[in-house]
Amino acid sequence: MKPELLLDVTNLHTRFHIAEGTVYAVNGISFSLKFGETIAVVGESGCGKSVTMMSIMRLISIPPGEIADGQAMYRGRDLLQISEEEMEQIRGREIAMVFQDPMTSLNPVLTIGRQLSEALRVHLGMDNQKSRQRAIELLDLVGISDATHQLGNYPHQFSGGMRQRVMIAMALSCAPSLLIADEPTTALDVTIQAQIVELVLRLREKLDMSVIWITHDLGVVAEIAERVLVMYAGFIVEEAMVDDLYEDSRHPYTHALLAALPRVDRRRDQRLRSIPGAPPNLLVAPKGCPFAARCEYVFEHCLAEMPPLIEVGTNHRSACWFDVKTGKPR
Amino acid sequence: MDSSPSQPARSVPDVLQLHPDELETPLLSLEQLTWRRFRRHKMAIFGAITLALIIVYAFGGMVIFSEADANLVETGARLNPPSSKHPFGTDTIGRDILVRTMYGGQISIIIGLTAMTVELLIGVTIGALTGYFGGRLDSILMRLTEAVLVIPQIFLLLVMAKYFAQSIPNISFLGRTFSGSALVIILVIGVTSWPYLARIVRAQFLSVKENDFILAARATGTSTREIIFRHILPNSIAPIIVAATLSVASAITLEAYISFLGLGVRPPTATWGNMLEGAYNYVESAWWLWFFPGLLIALTVLSINFLGDGLRDALDPHSRAK
Repeated sequence: MKPELLLDVTNLHTRFHIAEGTVYAVNGISFSLKFGETIAVVGESGCGKSVTMMSIMRLISIPPGEIADGQAMYRGRDLLQISEEEMEQIRGREIAMVFQDPMTSLNPVLTIGRQLSEALRVHLGMDNQKSRQRAIELLDLVGISDATHQLGNYPHQFSGGMRQRVMIAMALSCAPSLLIADEPTTALDVTIQAQIVELVLRLREKLDMSVIWITHDLGVVAEIAERVLVMYAGFIVEEAMVDDLYEDSRHPYTHALLAALPRVDRRRDQRLRSIPGAPPNLLVAPKGCPFAARCEYVFEHCLAEMPPLIEVGTNHRSACWFDVKTGKPR
Repeated sequence: MDSSPSQPARSVPDVLQLHPDELETPLLSLEQLTWRRFRRHKMAIFGAITLALIIVYAFGGMVIFSEADANLVETGARLNPPSSKHPFGTDTIGRDILVRTMYGGQISIIIGLTAMTVELLIGVTIGALTGYFGGRLDSILMRLTEAVLVIPQIFLLLVMAKYFAQSIPNISFLGRTFSGSALVIILVIGVTSWPYLARIVRAQFLSVKENDFILAARATGTSTREIIFRHILPNSIAPIIVAATLSVASAITLEAYISFLGLGVRPPTATWGNMLEGAYNYVESAWWLWFFPGLLIALTVLSINFLGDGLRDALDPHSRAK
């Protein structure tokens, strides 16, 4: 593990054994994250973005889940090998997570103050008075006014945007080194989304965190991330610096995703572009390129063998047998 | 794309200046909401008041009459009908029924509450373990639960009561001496009543543990113990409270059954149940023998059931107070 890396995931395989068979959710992905870096993970629903993060956090229920192979080195320790007790020390303290739906991510029967101080008591051993003081500071930090009074309130008394702020405050309570944000803005309306993005950007600077931001929203990616991982059917199909991804994407899937973005400069009567077809059935063990069925550049070799993730430029990797730049197979 | 991560996002307003959503009206607290819904349930209010009066009656009686009064045998005053001296009449050996219903009420209520506690301890523990952990533990404990369920409860009660009744010495509690058989009855009722509760708790745990906030709590590093006790249990409390309330009523009824059959709490300690024992010989000739304890049992059970109904509506977060 290189010293500048905070997290280094190699060859992660996650599967779910369910009644219908085995779901191949994550199929040998590798990526790393430097100290202070922000990466975005994009892809369609069900392509393994969340499962990857949940595997790293060891939040997959086993069974039916299984982390079949792989390594997730965090500060010299393999998160996939350490004991559950050690993992509890890391969750919330070192690596914190913000979830998609703030409406359901808070416990309805506990006050906000009680939930905010949970991590503080568990990880920092603060007493009631101290953790209360810190909870007020945290609410101030995420821009909730009248924090002292809000502590005694229940989640149902908060709006969606405020709840997501509370979730972020909870995640940041122990000043983690890594924040995993799993589509934190998906359930919110556009103006609140912008506020939440701005909030995380600001706190990232302040707390010197690394961030993994999972999203479907390529617009948010440009704003927040330095590097982007594009996932498809449990594989990383392209990895690039954010500018390269928008200007010089090399994978047909990324191409198609970018083309599907709604644009203000397009004529109003034009239909939105979409990618025909649906992601492959993950119940079938992967063979060949998973995107082949929907790819406009597909040829025989694609069906036979999964292309490896190969270097196509500086800090730019793509998993495709076809070189979209030259218009020829590799 | 015209923005890149190096540029500050200028168009986004400073979130710190924004006020929280003022449209969300300051709502009532959880307790206030619950109280509002409960208050609207007329029968539940009736039940709560009646129950309170019965408790005052049973325990307030201690202040005026001593237990010796309750067990005082006046052979000269056998089977007296209600009069100013004995407002509820006297029984077959001349004991005052008014005082006996007071002292008997204490036992019946204590049996109801403690049997419920025993039931809660066993039922919640088993329900929580099976619901949360699932897997093999779930299979084993649920088979055990079913095994207890398939045996008719009354039968089990009678056998256990008969088998254990003699083996327990008398106990002192609340400044009174209780026949050891009361303890047996409590344990026997508790030990045979938990399967329903265990199933309710298990079902609650199964559904509550799938919530996002449980995942979020785990992602904060919360330990399994804390998740069970601080997150899942409080979210499952409503049906548990309702079931517990109703189980007090059923424990009181069960005690009456067994005592009526002569296998319950041994005389001279009075319970509403054992006061009925033998009264069937006098159904027509001395109605006061069975009427007062019977009325008290019926009122108590009815009140508790109404109370349970009211609690179910009040504690259900899906029903809304208008």
